[in-house]
Amino acid sequence: MKKEFIITVYSENHIGLLTRITIVFTRRKINIESLTVSESAIKGIYKFTIVIKETEAQTQKVVNQLEKLIDVLKAFYHTNEEMIYQEIALYKVPIEPIYESDAIEKIVRKAGARILEITKDYVVIERTGHKEETQALFEELNKFHVMQFIRSGRVAITRDPIERLSEFLKERDAFLDSLD
Amino acid sequence: MTTKRVTGSEALILSLLEEGVDTIFGYPGGAIMPVYDALYDYDKRVNHILTRHEQGAIHGAQGYARVTGKAGVCFATSGPGATNLMTGIADAMIDSTPLVCITGQVASPLLGTDAFQESDILGMSIPVTKWNYQVTSPDEIPQAIAQAFYIANTGRPGPVLIDLTKDAQFGELDFEYKKCTKIRSYVPETPVDPHAVKEAVDLIDAAKKPLILFGHGIIIGRAEQELKEFIEKTGIPAAWTIMGLSALPTDHPLNVGMLGMHGNYGPNVLTNEADLIIAVGMRFDDRVTGKVSEYAKKAKIIHIEIDPAEINKIIKVNVKVLGDSKKALKMLTYNAKENKHEDWLNEFKKCAEIEQEKVINRDLHPVKPGLTMGEVIRLASEKSNHDAILVTDVGQHQMIAQRYFKFKHSRSNVTSGGLGTMGFCLPASMGAQIGAPDRKVIAVIGDGGFQMTIQELGTIAQNKLPVKIILLNNNFLGMVRQWQQLFFEKRYSFTELQNPDFIMIGKGFGIDGHKVDKREDLESSVQKMMDHDGPYLLEVVIEKEDNVFPMVPTGASVSDVILEP
Repeated sequence: MKKEFIITVYSENHIGLLTRITIVFTRRKINIESLTVSESAIKGIYKFTIVIKETEAQTQKVVNQLEKLIDVLKAFYHTNEEMIYQEIALYKVPIEPIYESDAIEKIVRKAGARILEITKDYVVIERTGHKEETQALFEELNKFHVMQFIRSGRVAITRDPIERLSEFLKERDAFLDSLD
Repeated sequence: MTTKRVTGSEALILSLLEEGVDTIFGYPGGAIMPVYDALYDYDKRVNHILTRHEQGAIHGAQGYARVTGKAGVCFATSGPGATNLMTGIADAMIDSTPLVCITGQVASPLLGTDAFQESDILGMSIPVTKWNYQVTSPDEIPQAIAQAFYIANTGRPGPVLIDLTKDAQFGELDFEYKKCTKIRSYVPETPVDPHAVKEAVDLIDAAKKPLILFGHGIIIGRAEQELKEFIEKTGIPAAWTIMGLSALPTDHPLNVGMLGMHGNYGPNVLTNEADLIIAVGMRFDDRVTGKVSEYAKKAKIIHIEIDPAEINKIIKVNVKVLGDSKKALKMLTYNAKENKHEDWLNEFKKCAEIEQEKVINRDLHPVKPGLTMGEVIRLASEKSNHDAILVTDVGQHQMIAQRYFKFKHSRSNVTSGGLGTMGFCLPASMGAQIGAPDRKVIAVIGDGGFQMTIQELGTIAQNKLPVKIILLNNNFLGMVRQWQQLFFEKRYSFTELQNPDFIMIGKGFGIDGHKVDKREDLESSVQKMMDHDGPYLLEVVIEKEDNVFPMVPTGASVSDVILEP
């Protein structure tokens, strides 16, 4: 059965790696639902967070093939339940309805969103949360005709108490030293 | 360490020499001219083979790599030169062949501008290389080359491509070389886990009908002796994939033959009777497994493999033994009990007798007038004392050659296994001959594949490579025609060829040869070819519509192998 999996890839920061990683998915005709890349807590090591809808067996094979890439240090996969994750969304809403009633203010309060910028023409509202939550806010705000809407890729951390990457790097260094 | 001020191009050549490179296959062009200029001063220390096409260069490098176990090296220019390497790179990737491909590239300020002969070879080669890298500054060259060889040769080997911009070739650096011994993000092999070995040994000792399936991993891991010791102690029959062929001598009593679509009857049928499958250095290719859902259902599976991504990829395994095949087999042999499986072996013998009667006699000792591919292969093997390097192309002749050529020594079978690249044989045979100058190299090619890279006859002639070329000519793309006959109601859609006078073409390139179409002349013809000093082209006109059997039809189970039409 297909369901959402969050794949985390730790890699060296080398040109072309994004293509190498995405090819592992496109080759198996797997659509990437969301992709976020940024430097991890450890300098020089980058973290890819990739969301796909797939079977666990297929996800496992993809993760094995990701780990096979020369510049990839480690890849993991998790179910949504095993991770804490967020996406961020920005909404640009025209200013008039705010002058006219407190409806938007109520929506913003209820959703725990915040206002980033107010101009004479529009306000920009920010909300973080799961996709359903940012989508729900979009539906609410769109009654007032959202001018622009953007949602980020997902960022996620595990519920594990330990930082897996630093543990892993220690093990890897010790292992490579043992080969000398 | 002393340093020397050199150009990027010279640094490249010096780096290759540091890696022990003695042969380069290549083709010059605009964007790699500085490298060729540097090469001019080193022609005493490294042998450059000028091919007639870049595809010839890369297949040559593959042939060299397969017989020597060393990374093959090839040069090509940017744009079309680089893209012409692509088929060979993909071939090397799927057959785990170590290659270092060096391509020229337009100067770095021109990158991305659609400059003359610019192609994004880095982007294009990503899916088919183990690793690739673009060098835009001369300082990067020594390290890039060191990493390239380390990655190409270690773990599960594969092709690596280094793209050198022209300004990096012209620029200068202080040359200093340090071999690469590790890369933080890359673990070439995991140490063999003794617990996994224990689990495997328990299954091996308990099995009544165990079968070993071995592949290229035995040859790559130089584990031929360990394989032999393992099967001799445990008494387990061993069957091979075509990439594993020659790792175990043909006449070894426990060698039960070839797996897969055109493999031997016994190993296919009995795969589905076995209670234990021990797969070593093979990857359960679909041509080997047939219908996966009906594959080896009665067996527990042990998979000994260096590449973790192969585990459970096709066949779910009971015990995985990750790591080097040589080390793993040594540990298994040490721990497993001595055993014999006579009844089980007898089942293979019975199958072999059935196959002998229904297929092999007809192939090797035909009574009908037309010549068969099988009798030609049998003679070629006999006349070379079963001790030649066999290089094959792709199709019917390939399957027949894999079935009937005999081997005494490992690294003697060079073929395009995973990708099935027509045109592979002729250039690969010259690489094999250069890699093994003291051995007899026999290139067996069909009339289709021969015409895909026929221009390499020029390279063979220029370098006086004594390759013995056997052209099996049925004026058909035989394997496709066979499928059309069996599965497409004999609708022979575009498979018949109007062929040229091949012997005249050979002579035009300066290669002697002759054509034979009668059985009474065949043996003396093969003998004449073997005795000839230098390259020789023997064209054998064979029966037009012969088929290769046994056959596991696509999508059928291995036990549904067909022995005759």
